[in-house]
Amino acid sequence: MTDVVALTAAQAARAVEAGDLDARELFEAYRARAAAEDLNAFLWVADEAPADGDGSAPLAGVPLGVKDLFCTEGVPSQAGSKILEGYRPPYTATVVRKLHEAGAPLLGKTNQDEFAMGSSNENSAYGPVLNPWDRGRVPGGSSGGSAAAVAAGLAPWALGTDTGGSIRQPAALCGIVGLKPTYGTCSRFGMIAFASSLDQAGPLTRDVTDAALLYRHMVGRDERDSTSVAHPEEIRLPQAERLDGVRLGVPEELTGEGVEPGVLERFEETLETAKGLGATVERVPLPHADYGLSAYYVLAPAEASSNLARFDGVRYGLRVGADDLLSMYTRTRHDGFGAEVKRRILIGTYALSSGYYDAYYGRAQRVRTKIADDLRAAFERVDFIVTPTSPNVAFELESKTADPLAMYLNDYFTVPFSLAGIPGISIPCGLSEELPVGFQLAGPAFSENRILDAAYALEQAIGFDNSPARA
Amino acid sequence: MSTDVTYEPVIGLEIHVQLKTRTKMFCGCELTFGEPPNTRTCEVCLGLPGALPVANAEAIHFGLLIGLALGCELAPRSIFHRKNYFYPDLPKGYQISQYDEPLCRGGALGDVRIHRVHLEDDAAKLVHAGSSGRIHGSAQSVVDFNRGGTPLAEIVTEPDLRSAEACGEWLRLLRTTLRQLGVSDVNMEEGSLRCDANVSIRPVGQRELGTKTELKNMNSFRFLEKGIRAEIARQEALLRGGEQVVQETLHFDPRSEALTPLRSKEEAHDYRYFPEPDLTPVTISEEMLERARAALPELPAARAERFERDLGLSPDSARLLAWRAELGDYFETALATNGVDPQPLANWVTELVARIEVEDPAESRVEPVALATLVGMVTGRQVTQGAAKQVLDQLVAEGGDPQAIVADRGLGAIAGGDTLEPIVQAALDANPDVAEKLKGGNMKPIGVIVGFVMKQTNGRADGGEVTRIVRQKLGL
Amino acid sequence: MIDRQQVLHVARLARLELSEPEVERMTGELSSILDHIEKISGLELEGVPETTHVIEVENALRPDEPRPSLPRDAVLADAPAVADDGFSVPSPTA
Ligand SMILES: [Mg+2]
Ligand SMILES: [Zn+2]
Repeated sequence: MTDVVALTAAQAARAVEAGDLDARELFEAYRARAAAEDLNAFLWVADEAPADGDGSAPLAGVPLGVKDLFCTEGVPSQAGSKILEGYRPPYTATVVRKLHEAGAPLLGKTNQDEFAMGSSNENSAYGPVLNPWDRGRVPGGSSGGSAAAVAAGLAPWALGTDTGGSIRQPAALCGIVGLKPTYGTCSRFGMIAFASSLDQAGPLTRDVTDAALLYRHMVGRDERDSTSVAHPEEIRLPQAERLDGVRLGVPEELTGEGVEPGVLERFEETLETAKGLGATVERVPLPHADYGLSAYYVLAPAEASSNLARFDGVRYGLRVGADDLLSMYTRTRHDGFGAEVKRRILIGTYALSSGYYDAYYGRAQRVRTKIADDLRAAFERVDFIVTPTSPNVAFELESKTADPLAMYLNDYFTVPFSLAGIPGISIPCGLSEELPVGFQLAGPAFSENRILDAAYALEQAIGFDNSPARA
Repeated sequence: MSTDVTYEPVIGLEIHVQLKTRTKMFCGCELTFGEPPNTRTCEVCLGLPGALPVANAEAIHFGLLIGLALGCELAPRSIFHRKNYFYPDLPKGYQISQYDEPLCRGGALGDVRIHRVHLEDDAAKLVHAGSSGRIHGSAQSVVDFNRGGTPLAEIVTEPDLRSAEACGEWLRLLRTTLRQLGVSDVNMEEGSLRCDANVSIRPVGQRELGTKTELKNMNSFRFLEKGIRAEIARQEALLRGGEQVVQETLHFDPRSEALTPLRSKEEAHDYRYFPEPDLTPVTISEEMLERARAALPELPAARAERFERDLGLSPDSARLLAWRAELGDYFETALATNGVDPQPLANWVTELVARIEVEDPAESRVEPVALATLVGMVTGRQVTQGAAKQVLDQLVAEGGDPQAIVADRGLGAIAGGDTLEPIVQAALDANPDVAEKLKGGNMKPIGVIVGFVMKQTNGRADGGEVTRIVRQKLGL
Repeated sequence: MIDRQQVLHVARLARLELSEPEVERMTGELSSILDHIEKISGLELEGVPETTHVIEVENALRPDEPRPSLPRDAVLADAPAVADDGFSVPSPTA
């Protein structure tokens, strides 16, 4: 077998099934690359192929990069936080287990922003991840390790989680494909929580076919996650070549203001490409989308402030010793959490504290309703809503760390769909300043098959070359 | 200040009941007792990273049973909230409870109105460690999560109780009701029934309530009543002394009988409630309701009414037997054996209860049949009350058949005058002064004569008969 | 928007110690974030229901059947301090 790493995950799986490629050889090729990488994309790498890895399973032993926040039994699962340094859970997250059973063994745990809070991966307690397109720049976040690993060919594919854009935005900044599925279609059991009502696992892959293949084996109702639902459709591998009759909607509120010119150009070119494939493009009103970010920065921190209360130094993880209980709590959490996590814990606690609930949490939940209503109305008129995934390309390390708000604006286009729980995908649509630009398609709940088909047709037409990142 | 005012206590109760489901509220760990520490825990009830709760359907069912039994309004849709605070026995940093949309609202038990009933999960056990647990000199506690996550029903009453005694009596009724429902062991000593009381007092006739204090976790009926009595006294003393009652949480120490303010879990009480995003709303289907209705047994209040109406028991007897289900059951078994009169039987059940250690007479040596037979013999005047009590004593000690005992020990009643007459004569001869008084029309000392006769006949004589003979002999 | 007293109060509720420089920094940063969040206070939301779950699932209940608990060794393996087969902590009442 020549260059194993040049193969997509689906191609590699086919090669293994055809007997042209040995699953262990495949695993070892990636294991060696992951162990030797210099992007800081991995926090832990398996030292050998699992004994029970089997080539006959559907995913044929194609190894999987897994975001650090997925619990993996006996393997460090630290959510990029110092407070969980060296923590090895006694159980495995449902999606990781399902993928393992489907034949995708664990290759390693990927770096991330601490507790998935961030858009640049600079909030990891274990150091930032470098963007393989330009090592002076960020890979995006919070699933930056997974995105960089897949882009750089350190892993055939990887798992990420998306709360406000944490799969789609790093996929865009690293020139790969990232799917944020309908909320509930993948179990959250074993995913270290950031914001429970928004968190959703999804694939980061080299192309749309790989995304469909991985997602197909992730979905399913899980009795251990009350909020999980069975996907009404079996997930198919995409094969659409054209977009005849497909109606794309561009939010009226998307004026291009605050979007980098190069990003806007690639976006408009992609709309032309879509028309060329038979799609129609129209403007649709999303009057409340502009409030999405504000609502998000109430809801997500509020839930996070409660989800992170369990990190108290009593049962696991870091404890900073003290004679009295109160100081044990406050010092452990002071030393264990990074600045961004503290920031969000404080905002969230404030938003829930007595006297402020209605003004913040209650209102944000109502805005959430309005945004979902806007989208429902929009999907009466169009099949998908399209936007640039991120207003900008990968930015330089430390260029935004001083200004949290500027960092939050990275999620401007991804957050509204997260609030509505609907699926969105980011696919690479070209370069701006030699850096990848992402194109986002969002559809109604459970429309993954149609999204994947449309994304596939565009992908074929765009013919984006992601090989430079693996060089 | 003015001492002529009389104060009226106003008391509401908050009861936590551990539900006896097989598994915990939100995970599959088994609810067993006396297991070694931390052997009944999992990722969920330990609050490990990434674990998620899933509500126990049986706990919801138990909640519905309680709601129906207390005549509550059952919410067609209820949701769980997170109650956020830090404490070592609270693994997630929040308790999953119900807040503004509880499972049950309103209702009443006896003459006390119910405010609400909701479900939540219990905290773990925090034990103060021995010297082994001491680290660099600071006092340590040890957490055992076996109990953590046990399903709890919290029952909150309206402030309808007016005395410590009333609280004790009502809580007994609630305990029986819950026991009848089979939803809990309702044992205060073991903590499966816990009661807090909100106590305030006000001048009789005043409508608005006084400042209330909360008495925490009084772990027996005796302490509950003692505690409330002490708190009422404390508040009255304050007001009479021209002072104010401060709103606070108090802990009652049964030994010193002192009430000490409890160190609060969170200095600033701000629980930051918000809807639990990990759980979905609970909606009550017709099937769930049907199943609960079908599982509803006869409840104490209804039983007491039946005892009065159908069996003609006195209100007091009816209440006693119905509100302590085990007595009611024993009574009804005995009643079924033969045509014995209900009221005397009821009285003799009370006699029996006074003589046994165990709560439930069914666990005593006295077979219901045996008691019924004995009562039959008493009402049939085959044995006197006095003799019957001796028989009962032996039944309690050794069990057996009353008829046999009466025969063996020759305790049968002496009815015939000719048998008694000489003994009465002997009694009068032995007590001439008493005889004089009696002649003089002062019947008080007749007890002496009766006593003498009873002694001679060791209790087999009929007191009435003895008196009749005395009167006849003295020509009264 | 939020003053240092409020920051300290919230930090206390969250059991988070903040160094003096952190208090300074957070007070400024939180204020600008909250200003941005303020945007939603302008919206007319009378009678709009609150969304708690985006995908309505109801009665995702669990049958009352036991699952195996974790072995105690595994449970205590990550504990920072163990005593008497339990998790040792400074006494709350100490
Ligand atoms: Mg409670
Ligand atoms: Zn458990």
